[in-house]
Amino acid sequence: MKKVYLDNASTTPLLPEVREAMLPFLGEDFGNPSCLHDWGDTAREAMENARTEVAQLIGADAEEIIFTASGTESNNFAVKGLALAQQNEGKHVVVSAIEHFSVLHSAKTLEKWGFELSLVPVDRYGVIDPEDVRRSIRKDTVLVSIMHANNEVGTIEPIKEIAKVAKERGVVFHTDAVATAGTIPVDVRELGIDALSLAGNQFYGPKGVGALWVRKGVRILPFLDGGVQEGGRRAGTENIPAIVGLGKAAELARMHMKTRIEHLSRLRNRLLTELPNKIDHVVVTGHPQNRLPGHASFCVEFIEGEAMLMLLNSQGVAVTSGSACTSRALKASHVLIAMGLPHALAQGSLLFSFGLDNTSEDIDYVLEVLPPIVDRLRQMSPLYAKFTKTSKGGQ
Amino acid sequence: MPDVPSQYSEKVMEHFKNPRNVGEMENPDGVGRVGNPVCGDIMELYIKVKDGIIVDAKFKTFGCGAAIATSSMVTEMVKGKTIEEALKISNKAVAEALDGLPPVKMHCSILAEEALKSAIEDYLDNSKKRGRAAKR
Repeated sequence: MKKVYLDNASTTPLLPEVREAMLPFLGEDFGNPSCLHDWGDTAREAMENARTEVAQLIGADAEEIIFTASGTESNNFAVKGLALAQQNEGKHVVVSAIEHFSVLHSAKTLEKWGFELSLVPVDRYGVIDPEDVRRSIRKDTVLVSIMHANNEVGTIEPIKEIAKVAKERGVVFHTDAVATAGTIPVDVRELGIDALSLAGNQFYGPKGVGALWVRKGVRILPFLDGGVQEGGRRAGTENIPAIVGLGKAAELARMHMKTRIEHLSRLRNRLLTELPNKIDHVVVTGHPQNRLPGHASFCVEFIEGEAMLMLLNSQGVAVTSGSACTSRALKASHVLIAMGLPHALAQGSLLFSFGLDNTSEDIDYVLEVLPPIVDRLRQMSPLYAKFTKTSKGGQ
Repeated sequence: MPDVPSQYSEKVMEHFKNPRNVGEMENPDGVGRVGNPVCGDIMELYIKVKDGIIVDAKFKTFGCGAAIATSSMVTEMVKGKTIEEALKISNKAVAEALDGLPPVKMHCSILAEEALKSAIEDYLDNSKKRGRAAKR
């Protein structure tokens, strides 16, 4: 059976060059970079090269990069660490309603610790208005954290404008760039931000490694106490193979970004245009233009996402859905609900995220196998029956 | 990659992919409608009753794989049962007949039980209205 992986938003595969770069550090180069002998030197040198590569990817200085174990850790570190470091100046933080749970739940934890939280709304495309951020900022606001692009609907946020608002008010600004760093150009100086999170498995690096960039001079509370690794801000022996892989992935992303974006955008645009032509009552979610290059998200009316996902999987197609049934919490996607979608429509969420290996034939295949799946589920759906009856009755 | 996502039993997948008794029923004796889009699933269950025995059952469901599979299973289980027997079908029995459901999906079997009970109540109400003594 044909196998088509269209879930690169969940994780990308590891590039062979990245794996090759990592292998020595799973073998003979096993040293601990804190050690002062040759083994330590080899590991330290590899780690510092990776730090430089990651810094270059986002236009930062190497010493501003802290390696972490994931994008989630970077976000926890940033939101909690930046807020706690400034709690004497104020106890109010601002995040958007569509943040990844690693930001949203970190902010809720701060609430339990005595902070106050404001959620900035989004429009129907998932776009955050910088003026809404301005209105949310108070005298005691110490942190604004807004994602660079949303992982569920692909919308790219006007981060430069939002960062400007925060700066005018003298508030530290963090962005979750897990969906963008390594995928589209990100330059921390040009964006005018103070902190940024990224993750390796979003751009063909390994899982279990991420980075947090914190601008020199910005205070952050250490995330893990222990030794002096990562400038004493994140103790623990570094995961050298993964860090080396992240560095290699960053280098490749920087070198090939333009061609990758062209390839992914072509596939995305084709699916965004052709799927709604092929299936009635399908809506594109997220911004039609300002969206991640490989990201095509939809809501299919009258049916539920998990059922579609499983039937697609039985045809060899891997996708994801934000429906309540796919989440362990059994709640519809907070992103789609914040965008104002009705619950029934949000239940039909389906996300296709393209990667470097995908081709136009993969889209042909999706366009061939998905319509019968949708038909089948609609034949079972009481919502569809109701719709067809009332629309016929209305004619 | 396994052909079956590990969270579901093969039986759940089989009923999900080839659901029994899908569709609406002409002149049903009882209809049960439960669930709402906020919780994720909507189930409609129709029964036909003759001499106190459920002779046919059909369903329409908006929901996940487990919701469709439990709808399919419960319609299979009630056919040929008396009203008294059908009222005793529990969500656990439905889940067991499907070789189990993941804990997070047990609510689908509860919905199936509720849909069945609601269809039977509707039938009993209808019987009363028609002036016949409802079988108890």
